[in-house]
Amino acid sequence: MWEVCQQQAQAGSPELQEALLNKIVCLPDHVSNKLQGKNPAVFFPQNYFPLLGGAVIQVLQKISDSLRGGLDCSISFVSHVLGKVCVHGRQKEILSVLVPRLTDLTKSDCIWQRICWRLVECVPDRWMEAVVLGFVQRAPGADVLSRLLGNLVVKNKKAQFVVTQKVLLLQYCHTTAVLQNLLGYLSLDSLRRALLIKVLQELLETWGSSSAVKHSPPEQQQYISKAILICLSHLKEPEIESCRQELLTSMMEGVKCHLDSNLPQIRRLGMIVAESISSKINTDGPVLKFQYEEDDEARELKSLLVQTPPSCVVPSLPDDNRNEKADAAPPLVLESNKKSHTTALVMSDEESDAELDSDDDLIPYDMSEDKELKIKAPVYIRDCIEVLTGSEDVDKWEATVKTLESLVRKNPAATREVSVELAKILLHLEEKTCIEGFVELRQRAQVAVLSTDPIPVAKYLTSQFYSLNYSLRQRMDILDVLVLAAQELSYPKSHRKTKHSGAQNPCIQLLPGSDSSKDWRRIVDERIKSKTRRFATGQSQAELASGPNEFNSVVGHFFFPLIQHFDRPLTTFDLLGEDHFVLGRLVHTLAILMYLAVNTVAVTAMGKALLEFVWALRFHTDSYVRQGLLSCISSMLLSVPTERLLQDMTEELLETQSWLGDVVEKDPDGDCRRLALQNLLLMENLKKKLKTVPS
Amino acid sequence: MALPPPDPQFVLRGTSAAVHTLHFSCGGQEPGVPTLFSGSENGFIHVWNLKTHRVDTELDGHGRKSVYCVETIGSKNRLLSQGRDQRICLWDLAEGRTSVTDSVFTENVGFCRCSLLKVAEGRWLVAMAAKALEEVQVLELPSKTSVCTLKPEVGAKLGMPMCLKLWQLNCGSQPLLLAGYEDGSVVLWNLSMGKVLSQLVCHQEPVMSLDFDSEKAKGISGSSEKVLSIWSLNEQQNLQVYKTHKLVNAGIADITIRPDKKILATAGWDHRIRIFGWKKLKPLAVLDYHTATVHCVSFSDHKNPSERLLAAGSKDHRISIWSIYTQT
Repeated sequence: MWEVCQQQAQAGSPELQEALLNKIVCLPDHVSNKLQGKNPAVFFPQNYFPLLGGAVIQVLQKISDSLRGGLDCSISFVSHVLGKVCVHGRQKEILSVLVPRLTDLTKSDCIWQRICWRLVECVPDRWMEAVVLGFVQRAPGADVLSRLLGNLVVKNKKAQFVVTQKVLLLQYCHTTAVLQNLLGYLSLDSLRRALLIKVLQELLETWGSSSAVKHSPPEQQQYISKAILICLSHLKEPEIESCRQELLTSMMEGVKCHLDSNLPQIRRLGMIVAESISSKINTDGPVLKFQYEEDDEARELKSLLVQTPPSCVVPSLPDDNRNEKADAAPPLVLESNKKSHTTALVMSDEESDAELDSDDDLIPYDMSEDKELKIKAPVYIRDCIEVLTGSEDVDKWEATVKTLESLVRKNPAATREVSVELAKILLHLEEKTCIEGFVELRQRAQVAVLSTDPIPVAKYLTSQFYSLNYSLRQRMDILDVLVLAAQELSYPKSHRKTKHSGAQNPCIQLLPGSDSSKDWRRIVDERIKSKTRRFATGQSQAELASGPNEFNSVVGHFFFPLIQHFDRPLTTFDLLGEDHFVLGRLVHTLAILMYLAVNTVAVTAMGKALLEFVWALRFHTDSYVRQGLLSCISSMLLSVPTERLLQDMTEELLETQSWLGDVVEKDPDGDCRRLALQNLLLMENLKKKLKTVPS
Repeated sequence: MALPPPDPQFVLRGTSAAVHTLHFSCGGQEPGVPTLFSGSENGFIHVWNLKTHRVDTELDGHGRKSVYCVETIGSKNRLLSQGRDQRICLWDLAEGRTSVTDSVFTENVGFCRCSLLKVAEGRWLVAMAAKALEEVQVLELPSKTSVCTLKPEVGAKLGMPMCLKLWQLNCGSQPLLLAGYEDGSVVLWNLSMGKVLSQLVCHQEPVMSLDFDSEKAKGISGSSEKVLSIWSLNEQQNLQVYKTHKLVNAGIADITIRPDKKILATAGWDHRIRIFGWKKLKPLAVLDYHTATVHCVSFSDHKNPSERLLAAGSKDHRISIWSIYTQT
């Protein structure tokens, strides 16, 4: 190689160069082809290319010596070698040798730096991407990258495209460290900073576009959010000043799209990025604050915002420190959603004794527990109704709310007399005073009323679901209550006490979380798993206590009214339009009701109705709704007896099967694809089961 | 650093109904088992053996109507009980018998507990609320002859008598009656003349219970409000309020002073028993064990001071026995 470079000063023949290049780079392949099994170890690619890398370093050394000596050399052959090796996929091996050596060599020697820059600049365009990507991934830090690549991005169009567009917007497989390297590199030189701002604008544009939020996978959105946060951390004051207005507009648009989404992860990403942007542009004055769950992901994202200044002097510092939280006081005040500790009762142990009388030598005991007695709650249901509707006495109201559920359960006969009235009151009950767990108390009371007198209360609730002038929260309350009561009714009595653990605990978010659907999906998944592995060796579980399924007689009243009016929009409530969040919850509710209806008489009719419902909505754009539809199909396949499925619903099943196949291949959402695959497997298993059963 | 209040020494269970009245009989001359009598809402009187903590005998004499007063007449074999069947029954319990020897038909539908006083050997006086609304009747036992009827004057508007206490200064003197009424006043009656000696308004609400210390001529009354009232009797037989004490929660069902006059106990509607020093009404302890309102408290009459007990009966069907301040 050295001779070729020396010769370069004079014109060498391009064909010779080409041939040489080919041979050098493809040597391992040729040798192994010839020698087949007897290839010596040195020609294995993982050994050969590092060796080649070593050779390249030696050549570069000689070049640098000769340059110092005043002689001119051409480095382009080496660049070609490097480029070809990288594009053949051997970046890792060759750069594993090159990058550390070059890092050391370029530390203080500017001739070496220039050599390095020339090296990468001379790589032909068609191989530039591979080389640049390799360097970006391998470089231990942004400043090292800056030394190695120099102003390549400014000089070379292809490099610029790769760095600013391809890595950031079109790929999302890279780690956070790579992003840090890249964006840090862009920020280190004044020529490149213009690119940094341009990059930030494009990232924000993507972040804020509603179609991107809807259709791109969550991993990509997270990647873009990380990139935005890192860019923000690099920006200096004057730059922020200049693009403040743009930042503000894009933030507002972006926040809107993100909060509109059904997936909690996307909402949280939007909230974190918006908070960060707002804190950057309004350093004094009120900043945007959201409430969301803090967990590792959120903390990691926030830590990206604070950059430790690059330490140019001390080279031995491991660059991992950059990603950890800075010791310098962060400019943000992070608001967390942690629950405040319940204040312990203030107990004064000291007794204020009167002076001991000489005659009276009786020592008092500790009486600090002697406090006022609480207000008694009413003991009759009708009294409860009175208190909840009319009373001004807040203590009594509080006590009533707390005891209502147990009263309802203890007096089923009395409850049945006033069940619809009680349901109406509970649906409209607002929080008068600050009770802990008010939402849960109200919900449990509603569930108790519904389980005690299912038919009229279910009629009332389902009719109210489609009525005017209810808030989204109330409509979703109705759905939750129906599900919980259905769950309670369908389980044998001995299980009733333990089942409350699965009840809702909605977190206080801007929009309520969909935790219950995850819970249920897990249960359905487990059931699918247990079904697909069944052998004919008898029961593996212990017999559970059995009792009559009370859900049997009322399941129709729960299910069919919910399905009836979904396509009729009202002035304040449009399921197929804006209120797709409620539609998603409705679909999940129907899936759960279907699941619980196993072994009931109405299950076949329900299955048919559900399948038609799913068919009408199968192309809905919201991924949460689609996931719900797929869970509906799972529930239906699990609950409706196989014979009925295959007899009454054959054509629909076939249509559904082809739709499921489509979803598996083409749906952008990973969860949808997985659910569709499970459904297909279920169907296969059902068919197999029927075939194996002797008719 | 004050100690936490003690736990009950033991708890008697098995009445299966709210306990309304308690009476100890432990200090008798004859050798025997220390006994506690309890009257419950289901009409039974239980005789508890305090050594085995079990019911020895169950007496059914009031037709399943609530028994709200139980007292021994002289010895533990003679018992008096008062129930909501408008009767006062006298029992003979010697040698294992459980028979009602005599009964008095009071025709009174109220809740006022009768009061018993021994005036001479073999003679007792019993004061009880009479048929007419505001009257108190005093009978002599065992002859059941009426001694007097105490009628407040017209227009006094005292209401029903709520609690009674017969006392005499010493064994030969005149017996007197303290009665607490529905309007919150305590009245001192002279029995021989049947006249009011003194009247004092202690409470705004009905007087639920009272007790009197004849040596110090001081008494205490509790009502359905939050105040305990201590009053004294001066030489002219006039009642005066001595002091009041405010409680944390409203409602006192029963008050009793220990026979050695050192401490007193109150039974509260807030499920708590409070102990006070009698000298200055210093709060000494709050015993929080029961889960429903405490209906009655009673001190035992053990001869040996260290064995003394306090019993409390509550609506939660339990009787708690405490050993508290027994060293003095």
